[in-house]
Amino acid sequence: MSTPTGSPLIRIADVVKTYIMGDVAVEALRGVNIDIDAGAFVAIMGPSGSGKSTLLNILGCFDRPSSGRYLLDGDEVSALDANALAETRNRTLGFVFQSFNLLTRTTALENVELPLVYAGMPPRVRRARAIAALERVGLGDRLRHHPSQLSGGQQQRVAIARALVNQPRVVLADEPTGNLDSRASAEMMALLATLSGEGITIVLVTHDAEVAAHARRVIVVRDGMVQEDRDGDGVGARRAS
Amino acid sequence: MRVADVVHVAGRALLRNKMRSFLTALGIIIGVGAVIATVAIGEGARARVEQAFSSMGTNVLIVSSGAKTSGGVKAGAGTLPTLTWDDMRAIREVTDVRYVAPRVHATVQIVAEDRNWSTAVNGTTPEMFDIRNWPAQRGSLLTTNQVDAGAKTVVLGATVARALFGASTDPTGQTVRIANVPFQVVGVAAAKGQSAGGNDYDDVAFIPVTTFLAKIQGGLQKFIPGTILVEVTNDDVTVAVGERVSALLRDRHGIVDGGDDDFSIKNLTETASRKEESTEALTLLLASIAGVSLLVGGIGIMNIMLVSVTERTREIGVRMAVGAKPRHVRLQFLAEAVALALAGGVIGVGAGTLAAERLATHFGWPMLVRPGVIAVAVGFSAAVGICFGLYPAHKASRLDPIQALRYE
Repeated sequence: MSTPTGSPLIRIADVVKTYIMGDVAVEALRGVNIDIDAGAFVAIMGPSGSGKSTLLNILGCFDRPSSGRYLLDGDEVSALDANALAETRNRTLGFVFQSFNLLTRTTALENVELPLVYAGMPPRVRRARAIAALERVGLGDRLRHHPSQLSGGQQQRVAIARALVNQPRVVLADEPTGNLDSRASAEMMALLATLSGEGITIVLVTHDAEVAAHARRVIVVRDGMVQEDRDGDGVGARRAS
Repeated sequence: MRVADVVHVAGRALLRNKMRSFLTALGIIIGVGAVIATVAIGEGARARVEQAFSSMGTNVLIVSSGAKTSGGVKAGAGTLPTLTWDDMRAIREVTDVRYVAPRVHATVQIVAEDRNWSTAVNGTTPEMFDIRNWPAQRGSLLTTNQVDAGAKTVVLGATVARALFGASTDPTGQTVRIANVPFQVVGVAAAKGQSAGGNDYDDVAFIPVTTFLAKIQGGLQKFIPGTILVEVTNDDVTVAVGERVSALLRDRHGIVDGGDDDFSIKNLTETASRKEESTEALTLLLASIAGVSLLVGGIGIMNIMLVSVTERTREIGVRMAVGAKPRHVRLQFLAEAVALALAGGVIGVGAGTLAAERLATHFGWPMLVRPGVIAVAVGFSAAVGICFGLYPAHKASRLDPIQALRYE
């Protein structure tokens, strides 16, 4: 890993994000400071309107801060253009969404291959890596299934395989259990805990305290600022550490 | 992103909505098909006109004597014999002249054993058959020896041969009487059919010009009581040779500058090219109407691509989230538009060719679909795909990934 020991994988410093809604400027983030170390399992919590989605957008390189700095793996992200942001998303980040966001009528295997397609990887290499990623999440026997033929929990696991396939530094999960029943949710959190135990950095955004409890660290955002930054119960994470 | 992946993604997206893709491509299919068919039909019509004229010889000049003037009234060309045999020999020496032949004619009754027929009997030389590309169907054509000897030999046109001897009998070697003089039939000229004006080219008979002047219709020794046919070496020099012949004759006839010609030179190529021009104009008109329908097809593609971008907003969001750059998205949608247009173009070429073939068979025209036209049509449809695909593709590439992901 290229990050020198001591400097965090993610550094958010004095980040402000202002949206212009008509004539009114809305401050979604008002000076946020967060450092996240490699290998961490962090939950970001907050009620709707707290600015946690905006924070996730910035963390996910979908959006740039109005002011402040965002260092990801040592690179200053806040100055990058759309192409460079896309490249960062492709190489450094993996995403898991609440609504899975898999391509319909496309096999699980092809969905997982997608990030590697945009990385320009030759078909044989990416196929092998996608199969390995699906096996890692326990879907080695569902390669040719379309999302519509999979359960919600399975779909979300395909999404996790897709997030892992490019060997990212950080996996960002936005309400990953939001569309799952309680059993699938439990399986999902167990999977995330396992991945965290394997050394993958996980940033989880949720409004559900029960879900957040799986993390080793909980950051509570309110009114565009970090209100609380504490250790989590980290059931799975504790076992790993 | 690899080219193969772009093609794969585009192809799959199009096949997912087969009916829609087909209907969208149909606009281009009809446009390209119409262009191919109209151009082919136009070319076919032109080839037919060309064929009709080349049966007379497009590289032929007809030199006629001047018009007789009496009391200010001018009679038609050839009424005053001004062309001499020496003129004809001089024309033969003009640069780029290949053949020269005299043509004198009279309508005379020809009598066979039990039938008779009135036709245009032409006195001429063997070169006339070369000028008019006229081979023998049976027997042989006139020879130089026969002309020199003033032989009483005749070559019948196909119509005359049929009228005198019936369709099944070979008249070669038979004797016919022309103006009460017995002639031996040496051959029958190949059938040429009708002219555009409805005249039967085959209702004719040819005898040596010397025999004609001696036995059918005498004239002044020095002058040619008819016209001179001149064939030039190729179509391009017809006009130039016409001018040279004109200058030669003015000089020989001692016409001062500013004086009127006492002869006239007609150029079949001029008539032919005028006809061709009108066909060309019509083809151009039809092709541009067809071209407009191609544009309409392009608009159809743009329309469906815009719908597709809206429908697939979420897909675009997912692709961008996992690392698709704006240009990847642009390329993907552009590839789809071009694939639609190209597929339409290729199918259109097939449909157009088929339609042209059917029409050509129906009208008995030659079928002409030139590879150049196909290349232009396919190239143009690809260009239509790019032009009309650009805006939707650009729109897709400008989507904000976050908003695209949340799009319902």
